[in-house]
Amino acid sequence: MTPTGSVLWYASGATGVTCLVLFSLIAILGILVNRQGRLPGLPRFAVTGLHRNLSLLMVVFLGVHIVTALAARKAPIPWLSAILPFVSGYQRFWVGLGAVALDLIVALVITSLLRDRLAPWLWRPVHWVSYAAYPVTVGHSFGSHPDIQSGWLLALTLATILAVVAAIGYRVLGAFAGTSRPQRVPEQHTLATSTMSLP
Amino acid sequence: MTGSTGSVSAGLPRLLPAGGRPMELTQYLQSHGPTPYRGGPRTLIDTIESAGLTGRGGAAFPTHRKLTAVASQQGTPIVVGNGAEGEPASNKDKRLLWSSPHLVLDGLQLSAEAVGARQVHLYIHRDPHLLRRLQFALAERAAAGLDPLTVSLVTAPARFLAGESSAVVNRIEGGAALPRFTPPRISQRGVSGAPTLVSNVETLAHLALIARYGAGWFRALGTDQEPGSMLVTLRRADGSGGVEEIEIGPPIAELLRLDEHPAQAVLVGGYHGAWLPAGQARQLALHNSDLHPAGAAVGAGILAALPPDRCGLVESAMVVQYLALESAGQCGTCLNGLPRMAAALSQLADHRAAATARSAPDDLLRWSSLVERRGACHHPDGTVRFLRSALTVFADEIGLHHRGRCRADTNEPFLPVPSTAPAHKHDWS
Amino acid sequence: MGQPLRVNPILCTGHGLCAELLPEQIALDEWGYPLISDEPIPPGLRKLARRAVTDCPERALLLVKDP
Repeated sequence: MTPTGSVLWYASGATGVTCLVLFSLIAILGILVNRQGRLPGLPRFAVTGLHRNLSLLMVVFLGVHIVTALAARKAPIPWLSAILPFVSGYQRFWVGLGAVALDLIVALVITSLLRDRLAPWLWRPVHWVSYAAYPVTVGHSFGSHPDIQSGWLLALTLATILAVVAAIGYRVLGAFAGTSRPQRVPEQHTLATSTMSLP
Repeated sequence: MTGSTGSVSAGLPRLLPAGGRPMELTQYLQSHGPTPYRGGPRTLIDTIESAGLTGRGGAAFPTHRKLTAVASQQGTPIVVGNGAEGEPASNKDKRLLWSSPHLVLDGLQLSAEAVGARQVHLYIHRDPHLLRRLQFALAERAAAGLDPLTVSLVTAPARFLAGESSAVVNRIEGGAALPRFTPPRISQRGVSGAPTLVSNVETLAHLALIARYGAGWFRALGTDQEPGSMLVTLRRADGSGGVEEIEIGPPIAELLRLDEHPAQAVLVGGYHGAWLPAGQARQLALHNSDLHPAGAAVGAGILAALPPDRCGLVESAMVVQYLALESAGQCGTCLNGLPRMAAALSQLADHRAAATARSAPDDLLRWSSLVERRGACHHPDGTVRFLRSALTVFADEIGLHHRGRCRADTNEPFLPVPSTAPAHKHDWS
Repeated sequence: MGQPLRVNPILCTGHGLCAELLPEQIALDEWGYPLISDEPIPPGLRKLARRAVTDCPERALLLVKDP
């Protein structure tokens, strides 16, 4: 393999890990917005703002990741395999997962950018797709790049994944408790009519 | 324009059949003649304007303006007759639909012609007897080939807000009977996005008569600003009452027979209305020029006289508790404010606990200002109007309760407040 | 004249972002729901108002266009 190919390959790996870490942060922030949580010391609009800005940043890194991966030519990967799963010859399944993740992420980002112009009922169900996009991304990361399967990279990725799992747990608990929605104040004060005594 | 102004008296009864027995189709056609279709849209609207007909669902909006608003929109309109009165203290729509269904059904067809609608619905609560009666009436009309448009009967849950106009639209579309946020107004975008006319069934009945007998006939009763007759639901201090048809504007004291059955206070306008002290109510007549300056309104014609041996705070607390439970639960301010207000008022109403509820009146006023006009519909506004009037009119009673005493001689509730169970019955006749 | 800024109370769940972005026009009541001023939005704050509308996670805030 050419030196350029090697550099591109490492760039692809580095940007890939960055994307995974960013995706984890984005997921945690998204859950925080939904649960009306706050980051200490920051105003509420920072949570939404960070969620949105990190998403756009991730798109940039994702673009570089894909281009460098395809250009690295460590093994032939057709350009089309970036978006169409499972057409690549190289490690077909894991690269295929990456294509699936990309398709889902593109749907997430585009619907969010165009939210005001779309039918109101569309945005939320598409956004739930993020819960599928994340594990697909994790699978793609682990399967495609041997470096991630050991050492500090493994520790880093496991840590972020654990954080996301914890956040999802928090989200699920919240759905059961229903506390992020307006809570009907319980009617504690049953009327005194039945127990009223005559003066 | 065919009209038999001379052959029908301008007096009462107009809507309810004379003699009280419900009118079947043959008898109806004999008394009133065939439905006077105009042959095209909009031609009825001018007559309605001259008649000065206003909505009988409570808002008293000029009917011709509603018709015009719907008729002038883009798109083919839809017409809905709203018979789901929702208000436990009101029975007039049920009575009208039972006794004079053909007036309502004529009104439905005539208003559809006036706005150019191609779909009509009749919206009622889930009452099996009434449903059968209306299905029979519709079948009679279908057999006689009377209705150009087929009427679809849609039933509503027995909830207070089920008759709110945007809730009606939601229910007809197949969803829950919950109010919507406006804009857009339902006259612009209602059922399936079409301009929708939602009209109280009593309004439609008046419209059917005006179409036959003319504006002058309609105006022979009532006042200049508030012409015509109306249906009222009365509850006098002795428990007597029920649905009656009256000319607009008699003295409240006469309607409620306050001389024979004295009261301590009068509730004008149902559970979104206002309490008036009996002394004040005695000097007022049932029309808006008298009632508006007093902070009340004719609304859907619901009057209740509270007997002297009851506690106004207890009655009001039961009503506010009911209103809180009847919140659609869609808006945070209503969802947070109404149950708190109900709990605080209940505390005040319990004369053994009221001494500890010193901050309750202030809390109630603060929450009232917080919920007003911040919901998608007028449920919080109406509840606040009722609550504020109770705090004013029964201020002396609050003082009594703070001292651990209460004027009530009996535990029996006076106002009809349904229990929270889904099926509720209330019987007036 | 209607308010230029309105909230759809059905969609609003009380996140409170709008009040942080535009405290001159929006305050929160004791339950966390927005109280919007009747005053017209000064030209200098229009950009922030548009941002508040975009940032609302429930898309509950509306800016009524000038006629």
